[in-house]
Amino acid sequence: MNVLEFTGLVAVGSFAAGLLGALTGLGGGVVLVPLLTLFFKVDIRYAIGASLVSVIATSSGAAAAYVREGFSNIRIGMFLEIATTIGALAGAYLATRVSTGVIATVFGAVLLYSAYLSRRPRAKHERNLPQDPLATRLKMNGSFPESGGIRRYNVQHVPTGFGLMFGAGTLSGLLGIGSGAVKVLAMDQAMKIPFKASTTTSNFMIGVTAAASAGVYLSRGYIDPLLAMPVMLGVLAGSLLGTRVLVRAETKSLRLIFAIVIAVLGIQMLYKGLAGGI
Amino acid sequence: MMKAPSQWSDQRIEDIIGNLLRAGVMLSAVVVLCGAGVYLARHPSERVNYHAFHGEPPDYTTIGGIFHTAFGLHGRGLIQLGLLLLIATPVARVAFSIWGFAAEHDRMYVVFTVIVLTVLLYSLLGSSV
Repeated sequence: MNVLEFTGLVAVGSFAAGLLGALTGLGGGVVLVPLLTLFFKVDIRYAIGASLVSVIATSSGAAAAYVREGFSNIRIGMFLEIATTIGALAGAYLATRVSTGVIATVFGAVLLYSAYLSRRPRAKHERNLPQDPLATRLKMNGSFPESGGIRRYNVQHVPTGFGLMFGAGTLSGLLGIGSGAVKVLAMDQAMKIPFKASTTTSNFMIGVTAAASAGVYLSRGYIDPLLAMPVMLGVLAGSLLGTRVLVRAETKSLRLIFAIVIAVLGIQMLYKGLAGGI
Repeated sequence: MMKAPSQWSDQRIEDIIGNLLRAGVMLSAVVVLCGAGVYLARHPSERVNYHAFHGEPPDYTTIGGIFHTAFGLHGRGLIQLGLLLLIATPVARVAFSIWGFAAEHDRMYVVFTVIVLTVLLYSLLGSSV
């Protein structure tokens, strides 16, 4: 394939990944690496480098819109970024040491988990939880505008959330993904932060987390300009369009289809990783 | 004692952060596009193969090398400069937050933010200068 054809095809694929990721809220980064490795036969190290760069672009682009609406909690985000950035640095160093088969296997498992998570009904949180002393000391309890006025929430289980965030950061650095699913798990399930605040705060954190491993990726030569260029531009354009049409689109069946795609890609990555095909 | 954070300044800081992020992403996309244009115009029929991993030459892995090739108007150097700007955007966001928390006299969060910034700078400068 020559560079024009390759750039065009990768840009179209990345655009679709970014669009679907934004429309379904599942993130496009998670399908990029399988797309590049399984269909374009790209070495997984180049693939995770290009994917990581696109993750920074979409997160920063989307966060710019979210922070203005006042849903994201910058204190929770900043405190947990201590865990995610250190985790991301550890993950990036790990990526340079383990075999590509291991990376593919872990990737497959994360894809299957993301597919499962997207099909599970969202847990309704109890309102008016008691104030946790540590969360209160860290000034994490917050509020956001809701149709009925201002919704206040009290954050719970800070140490568990912090630990899970370290894991989310490590996965992000190892696989070149945003690992938004694990971040939401930590904030939504462990820390009992309302869904709207946890998804937007998670998105806000993804760019910073990815930037922490990007330096290591760059210096190790994982970020190839000619591959990262169509991936970054395609995903960015797709996700910007996706967030624009999100309000009008019927996403329920789309989420199901995308979850199936993610699961199928997960099985393929798992198989390739274990069979040594990558 | 620490002062309670005021809602107004929180909102104001978030507005500035939003603009900063948007500007950073757009600027980097424009630089990447310019680099793509230069490269594709000069080498439209070059073969590409990413099946084997070779790593990248220092021109594209060190900050000095990237600036050197980008200002020599090499396509790949420009793309890499755009990507470097993209990586720097969240770093700038964190750096700005230090100022924001300091303006609110929130010493605890100034410390947290400095820790995050240190990790980011260690990754970016410690490994790719």
